[in-house]
This record gives sequence, structure tokens and C-alpha cells, in this order.
Amino acid sequence: MSLTNVLILVGFSLAIFTVSKFDRTRKFRNPLLLVLSTGVIFWLQPALPIRGLDFWLPVATLTLVGLGWLMTSKAEERSPRESLITGGLVVGTVVVIALTRYLGMTGIITPSRPPQTLNILMVLMVMCAILFLSYKHMKGKTAFPYVAGLFILLVIFAALKLPVLAEWLSEVLRGMSRQSRELASALDLRWLGFSYIAFRLIHTLRDRQNGRLPTMALDEYFIFMIFFPAISAGPIDRCERFIKDLRQPFIPSADTLGNASKRLVIGLLKKFVAADLLAMIALNAANAGQINSGAWAWILVYAYAFQIFFDFSGYTDIAIGMGWLMGIKLPENFNSPYLKPNLTQFWNNWHMTLTQWFRAYFFNPLTRALRSARQPVPVWTVILITQLATMTLIGLWHGITLNFVLWGLWHGLGIFIQNRWSDWTKPLSARIQEKQVLNRVVTVFTTLLTFQFVALGWVWFALPSINLSLQVFGRLFGMGA
Amino acid sequence: MITPRFLRNVLIKGLVIFAVINLVWAAFNPSLGKLSSYNILFEGRERLPFGEDSARAYNLSLYDLDAMFASHKLAGSTKATNEFRVFVIGDSASWGTLLKPEETLAGRLDSAGLKTASGKEVKVYNLGYPTLSLTKDVMILEYAMQYQPDLILWLVTLESFPRERQLLSPIVVNNQQRVAKLINGYGLNLTPPEGTSSFWDKTIIGQRRALADLLRLQFYGVMWSATGVDQTYPADYEPAARDLEADDTFRDWAPPTIPDDGLALDVVHAGMQVAGKVPVVLINEPMLVSTGENSDSRYNFYYPRWAYDQYRLAFSESCSVNSWPCLDLWDVVPQERFTNSAIHLDPLGEGILMEEIIKSNIFFNY
Repeated sequence: MSLTNVLILVGFSLAIFTVSKFDRTRKFRNPLLLVLSTGVIFWLQPALPIRGLDFWLPVATLTLVGLGWLMTSKAEERSPRESLITGGLVVGTVVVIALTRYLGMTGIITPSRPPQTLNILMVLMVMCAILFLSYKHMKGKTAFPYVAGLFILLVIFAALKLPVLAEWLSEVLRGMSRQSRELASALDLRWLGFSYIAFRLIHTLRDRQNGRLPTMALDEYFIFMIFFPAISAGPIDRCERFIKDLRQPFIPSADTLGNASKRLVIGLLKKFVAADLLAMIALNAANAGQINSGAWAWILVYAYAFQIFFDFSGYTDIAIGMGWLMGIKLPENFNSPYLKPNLTQFWNNWHMTLTQWFRAYFFNPLTRALRSARQPVPVWTVILITQLATMTLIGLWHGITLNFVLWGLWHGLGIFIQNRWSDWTKPLSARIQEKQVLNRVVTVFTTLLTFQFVALGWVWFALPSINLSLQVFGRLFGMGA
Repeated sequence: MITPRFLRNVLIKGLVIFAVINLVWAAFNPSLGKLSSYNILFEGRERLPFGEDSARAYNLSLYDLDAMFASHKLAGSTKATNEFRVFVIGDSASWGTLLKPEETLAGRLDSAGLKTASGKEVKVYNLGYPTLSLTKDVMILEYAMQYQPDLILWLVTLESFPRERQLLSPIVVNNQQRVAKLINGYGLNLTPPEGTSSFWDKTIIGQRRALADLLRLQFYGVMWSATGVDQTYPADYEPAARDLEADDTFRDWAPPTIPDDGLALDVVHAGMQVAGKVPVVLINEPMLVSTGENSDSRYNFYYPRWAYDQYRLAFSESCSVNSWPCLDLWDVVPQERFTNSAIHLDPLGEGILMEEIIKSNIFFNY
């Protein structure tokens, strides 16, 4: 997202803040959020070389969200009238965006000119028919929809993140739109916010399956899924917390405005000053092979470590600030992660909503399954398996490549070793904690050690191949050319 | 608890402070270009900053001569008593497009271990800059004179001479005051640029681009030091044309003769005056002499034969009339040694050029 994009989104948030200030009926905020969020997923969608795809992907997002609601809502709790109004607002917004085709040869809201209106109307009619039939027939009483939903999401995820599959899919889509298949690339399928929407969808599907999902109206579900401040970089909220804010009457105050502004300014500085300046000197695929000394290699690795932190936490600050302006308190995502004295604490404070999600939907169920296995599994084995599996999955979420797997394994093993070491040195730690100065020295040392481990891990994350990563490790430790 | 009154005050105070800082900045108009992290935190650059793909070249084009020179290793080097300091000025061929710093003419001469007749060590600095304009060269030379050169090698080609091209180089466009001073000071037959900078241009807002460029230049010092890379080196590039169009015009000039006063020889005069007592050797730089299609009427993509031959004649006459030391090396490099342009040499081509320059004994007269 460019600075201009962010400032326009802040402008939208301020508009909702202002409307809420004068809206005594408290009825306008949610429809406004729905329409704006729908529009924003078209507006922020990156331009794609496959004809019309940058319009169809946001349409697919909306369809997935609609299906997600039908799969997770109980028939008796659905309000036909409200659902129809919400559906009308969403479809109406899409039609209005589609009609911008007639305002110029390039996209006005969309990155490129929307496809022909007749095609859009036909697709929308088919989508609406599918959703209507699902509305009629999905009663939320069998487990099949959840399993099917999870399967569909995982297939899409693999198709987008596995380079070979993505390239193949790009070829197919290019063929369908009569474009050169030879130019197919995995980059042709950049789908705005899909990862985050998939997390939220899986969260609602699993919670519905376990009977923990609160009842949500269609508009609430849509806003939760595509809430525009959090569409591109999170945080990954939980729906029960989100709808609590959404249902509460929002009364704008100077306090809210002041705090939100402060958060926005911090976020803008982090992202557009600190991160963007550090990006100029951070380790990347282009400069990794050019570094001429170990000392400079360390500087580039550290620059990357801080760049990714400022970039990501800056976006989070901006999202949280915008949320506050609209009465939504998005969860925190970063809490000084580089100042934590061990790897477990680092992961409890880095991209917190992602780790919480994995803990809830993968780590804890897997741990439970292993602990309740018929054949007793030693504790250390349970820890090793669960940590490695969880961190590898987190790695794979960033992209299905060997380097992301290695990054995940790096952290999985790191956490396991740290866990065993902590367990083994518990009596020693207790004695150290009694001595204030020594405890402080040890904390500083372990904090530096943890940061060092994390920074080195970024070498796997930042680079596209194992060879290049090994080359950088060689430079860092004075080995190799 | 934040109150509306507090928010209003913050906003007003913020705006007032911002306005005051801008006004003070515009009033004092500080020149920050000389503040540089190069030669202190980072190694000085081997050539003046220039780059169109900053993210990959770790370099960028900016127009503040103070900042450009402050980033050059020249600004960080103290002249030793036994140093014989040589500056190479000229266009992209001197700067070294597609060449690593050590492969350029200046780089090769510098590492050749040359000594003058008096035993001084020859140190050569690359002050080329990739645009074709004699006025640009003189502007750079005028600035560089503070670094006490002992000899200047000025590489030129016909494309730098047309009068109408003199003020088109972006670095010239963006240094109007310096250029106007040169034009008026040396009576050049050029129209001084009229634009004057407004008060608004002097504020931080007005100078935001220049300030951002200055900051980016400092940051790219890290990458320059870490990699020694200051331009992109594409694996593939389009080679200079060998088969040429059947066209015998050169810019707006048609055969048979170059228009009177078409060549800005007065700018060369100005360059000589700027150098004062420091000797300047004018070098007509090598160019691709094609043997391809239509090579009977053109030497290369740039030059029809008639125009270039007349230019060489004028060049040689000026050298002899004014007693300028000149080297006409236009055809010393075979056509295989040119890269993506009719004046850009590959490393071997630079080696040939260096040998020719050394053969001329110019360093041994001192």
C-alpha cells in the first residue's frame, strides 16, 4: 500500500468517525463500513496481467465470504430481510464499481478497466443463484459444509502459494482469456488479502463446528471478514470480539480521535520512514550475492530484521488507529518482540494474532491428540512434534517454498531447544532470579541471543533459495567466497 | 483524557511550528549537500552519483553538486606532496556505463602505477557524468577546481558540441544559477536560463525532492560500501547498432556543412579559462566505426560521415589555433569493443584507450 492509499483509507475512517458523531440513530456506521470495505477490496487489489482477473478476484472474495456465512450460520437464526439488504448493498456496490467501466479506458476504482458489464451481471447472477440455493439448503446441521469449506480454502491456498501450481493456474486462466500462455507467472495470481480472509473463514468454520461461534448477521460477517483496515496485513481478529465492538453504539470522542491520531502517526512513521529507509539497505535476493564482507553482511541482515518489524508493525498501528476511528478495537499484533529474552516469548509477541490463531486451531488440538494417544508419547517428543509442525506451517503460510520450510524448522527447533534448556536449567534460573544484578545481566544476554537467532532466521525468510542463504551464512561467519 | 480543546491546540501548534520551520529554512536557505556520510562512515564513491534504477544500482541521479562531490572519494582524499592529481571529465563513456569503477579509463589509469617525469605518483579521479554537453563538463570542472588538479583529461565527442544541446542536460537544467554565472562570466553564446527560484521553492516543502534525494544518497552509501556496486550490469543489453539507417542528417543539420557556430567551441574556451594554469588535454574520444549496412554514409548510429569529418577538422583547427593539447583518438578502438552505444567501451576497449593515452606521454611532461 502506498502512502496515498493509506491516507485515503484514513480519510474514509475519519468520514465514518464524523458520520458517527452526528448520527443519533447509530444506524449508518455498519452499512457504511460494509460498502466501503467492499469497495476497498476492489481498489486495493493489485493490477494483474490476466485480463479481468483483478476484478474477478475481489468478486471471488465476496462469494467466499457469502458462502462462509451460509456454512456457519444456522437457518433459524438468519433474518431474510436483513440478509437481503446486506446482499443488495454488496451486489449494488459491485455493480456501481463495474459501471465505472464507462467513465474511462483505465480503472477508476479498480486497477484496470472492469470487464464488460453483461459478463459481470451474468457472473453476479450465477453467484447470487448459488448463494440463494445454499441459503435454502444449508441449514447448518451437518459437518459436511465445514469439511468442504476447509478443503476449498486449502486448495485455493496451495494454488496461490505453490509456485508450480500458481504458474499452471496462470496458464489456464491466460488460455481462457486468450492471452499468451508463455508469459504465465506465479505473480499473475496476487489476490488481495486472501491469506487473512482464509484465516478468518477457517476460524469461523472451526468455531461453528465446535459450537463456539456466536450468531452473526450477514452484514456483521461481511464486515468482520473484509474490514478494510485489516484486509491486507491483519491483524487476525476473533469474531466474538469484533462483533462486540460492532454491536456497541460507537460514540466518537476527542479522546478516541487523539489516541487514534497518535497511533496513526506512529504507524506512518514506522512504515513510511523507518521501514522504507531500511528497505534500501536490507538483505534481499538482489544484494545477497553482492556483499563483499562479513561485517556488511551483518548490517544488511540486521537492517532486514528491523525493516520487516517496522513495516509490519507500522501497518498494524495504522490498522488499529483506523479501527479506533470507527469504534473497532483491533487486537495488538506486536509487543516489543525483539526485546524478549527467549524465543517462546518472541513468538508470543511477534505477529501475535497469527500465533494465537495457530495455537488455537493447530498447536493445541495436535498437542491434545498426541497426549491422548493410546500409545503414550514422551513429553519431549510431543513438544518437538508440535513445535516443528506449527512453525513449519507458519513458514508455509508465507509461501510454499523450501526456504520458508527451513525458516519454520529453524524456529521450531529453536523453540524446542529453548524449552528443553529452560526445563533443564530451572533450578539454576531460580537461583539467578534471586540475584537482581546477575538476573539483569543474564536477561540482557538472552535477549541479545534471541534477537541474534531471529535475525539469522530472517536469512532463510528473505531469500528465495537455499544456495543464496548458505552463501550469506558463509559471509556472516567468514566462510566461503 | 484528551479534550477537543487539547486536540485543537495540538493541531494549531503543529501547523505554526511547521510554518515557522519552513520560513526559517527558506530565509537561511542552508546548503546541506556538503554534510555527507561518505568518506566518514562509508567509502567515498569512485564516480559521481548517477542512476536510473536506484534500488538495484544503489545510486541515484541528483543535481546538488555539493552532495555529488561530497560523496566522491575525491572529497575525502588529502593531496599528498608526491601526488600528481588527474581528473577525467566527460560523458557516460568517461563515467563508465556498464563498466565497474576499476574498468573505466580513470580506474585503469589510476591502477597503472604511472609516475610523472618528476617522480610524482599519478592519481586519477573519475569526474565523468553521463550526459552529453560541454557546458555540463565545464560546470563540473569549475566545481572540481577546488580539489587542486594537476592535469585534466577532457573527453569529448561531436554529440557534446551542438549549441542547442548545451542546456538540455538535467544537471544543467537544475543548476540554473551556476550555469547563468558561467554564461555571463565567460561570455558564452548561450541564452541564460530565465527561471528564478521562488520563496516557496526554498522552503522545506519546495525542496522536499532534493532533501529526500540527499537522504537516499547517504543511505545508499551502505550498499555502495557493502557491494562496490554503483550501477546495474544487465546480463543482456541491446548492442550498439552496426547496420545503420540510410540517413545522412545529424540532428537538425543537413549535409554538406555544419552550420556556422553550430559547434559550441566557445564553451571549450571557457573550460580552458576555468582550468587556468592547470593543463587540459582535450581528447576526441573513441567511437564505433561501423562496417555494416550504410556505413559508407554513416560512421555509427550517432554520426553521418560528413558531419563527423567536419567536426574533426574543426576540433583539430581549434587545437592548433589555440595551442590546446589535443588527442584525436576517434578510431583507435575496433568496433567489437563497443557495448550498448557507439561511445561506450567494454573493459578491453578501455584498456586500448588507456594504452593510447599513455603512449602520448602526457604524464611525463610534468
